[in-house]
Amino acid sequence: MLVLAVDTATSAVVAGLVWLPVAGAPELLGERVTVNARAHGELLMPSVSEVMASAGVSLRDLDAVVCGAGPGPFTGLRVGMVSAAALGDGLDIPVYPVCGLDAMAYRAGAGNALLVVTDARRRELYWARYDAAGQRVEGPHVDRPDDVPLAGVTRVAGAGEALGLPVVPPQHPDPAALVAVAAPQLRSPAPPGPLTPLYLRRPDAVVPGPAKRVTPA
Amino acid sequence: MTGIVLGIETSCDETGVGVVRLSSDGTVTLLADEIASSVDEHARFGGVVPEVASRAHLQAMVPTVRRALQRAGVTPPDVDAIAVTAGPGLAGALLVGVAAAKAYAAAWDVPLYGVNHLTAHVAVDTLEHGPLPPALALLVSGGHSSLLEVPSLVAPMHPLGATVDDAAGEAFDKIARLLGLGFPGGPHIDRIAQDGDPSSIRFPRGLTGPGDAPYDFSFSGLKTAVARHLEALGRRQVPIPIADVAAAFQEAVADVLTAKAIRAATDRGIDTLLIGGGVAANSRLRALAQQRCTVAGVRLRVPRPRLCTDNGAMVAALGAHLLAAGAPPSPLNIPADPSLSITTSLVGGSSRTANPAWRCC
Ligand SMILES: [Zn+2]
Repeated sequence: MLVLAVDTATSAVVAGLVWLPVAGAPELLGERVTVNARAHGELLMPSVSEVMASAGVSLRDLDAVVCGAGPGPFTGLRVGMVSAAALGDGLDIPVYPVCGLDAMAYRAGAGNALLVVTDARRRELYWARYDAAGQRVEGPHVDRPDDVPLAGVTRVAGAGEALGLPVVPPQHPDPAALVAVAAPQLRSPAPPGPLTPLYLRRPDAVVPGPAKRVTPA
Repeated sequence: MTGIVLGIETSCDETGVGVVRLSSDGTVTLLADEIASSVDEHARFGGVVPEVASRAHLQAMVPTVRRALQRAGVTPPDVDAIAVTAGPGLAGALLVGVAAAKAYAAAWDVPLYGVNHLTAHVAVDTLEHGPLPPALALLVSGGHSSLLEVPSLVAPMHPLGATVDDAAGEAFDKIARLLGLGFPGGPHIDRIAQDGDPSSIRFPRGLTGPGDAPYDFSFSGLKTAVARHLEALGRRQVPIPIADVAAAFQEAVADVLTAKAIRAATDRGIDTLLIGGGVAANSRLRALAQQRCTVAGVRLRVPRPRLCTDNGAMVAALGAHLLAAGAPPSPLNIPADPSLSITTSLVGGSSRTANPAWRCC
């Protein structure tokens, strides 16, 4: 089946067209990846159009959309989520959310225990831990670098420079990996789960106290 | 040019989706006006929390589009264009609507119009009162207070004045809070003021002195005056006459808004005044505007209250007028612009793809 994959949960704006065969690994047909943390909204749909045009297919040829559901900084994350939701609705095809850290772990490959981290801004990291078989065993969570547990981990993928471990690729999710992670759901007749973004943080909002006194004139 | 236009509005806390029909004679008819509001989630914060609003827009977007299409009795292949509020408004909130609109436009292979929220507040009136002659527009809401000269819906609007501090709707919210009424304040104050005496207290009228900017507004002095009045009553342990305070406050706002609008219309020789935005739903503002317009010989146009507040129908209506005028569609790379200029009705239409009949913006 023909799948569009998008991810805007990191500073990379990711769009790709992927062929998922009945069995076996997904095949990348084309992708556009632009690192620009401030222009997700401007870049995503033109990237999708370019990918489709260079592959010579129309959006109407798609069978499904896979969308990185985060965790990620709120504003950018929502661009991909709402674009995927609207494309799915507009084309009447299912949309499958995927944890972006899982896609990065897939790309990093199985082997030693792995930590995947991305920049959560405000001097914090989104992170998840994967075992030697590539299964997520902890996370995703958001914490300060000092509070990310490193016991038993020998390598880190993503924005892990501050953690003092060997850093391995990738830096962001890629289309084929997103589709690979979603493959069991894509191949299952069950409907996709809800398109719920992994914010991991509450909105910053404070319930105000009593009305402020105004000094008499 | 005829067609069905779907409009998406997410500049603040309402996820609005409207559907209109553009007929060959240029009339625009409302087919659906669906809204999902996150207002209840903001109430305890006493104002709109941008992140809460943005999260709500994401959840509400697709279901609201679905409802609007169903209500309009149209299916996706019937839609000929998509319009979306590109600004001004809350950055994160705008972004959700703009991204969704781009995706729907691409999925349905129809043109996209990224439009100005304020122009849309003006355009919505044509759904109720037909084609708009050159007009003066007073747009008053929780986010904006502006006096604009509107030569036509598809030409740049000319700003004459605006608030120098709080928006008119914000003043209502703050006074409602002081009086222990709910959020948003406008409807609460309007209701309770019915039982009050507007002349019981004389609150100040901001920027109405001889040397003041004739078309600008200021509401912070009024807000302070109300707060001091309440404090003085509190010190003397006098029970607060809430209805009188609400009525006197509302009178001060309506007085300034209508006096300045009529003066601008008279000064500029414009014989039509249009009032839009959430505060235009205020019954005293509507009544006083009507009274003063009649005296000044100015025709007053105010959409019904439901169309005054933020909604998708206003965006769809403006999109339909742009479609009718042969305006160039916006490319898929347009940004959401939180401070979009009042003089930009349509964002980023490339002149290379413009219909030769298109002359404006
Ligand atoms: Zn508005």
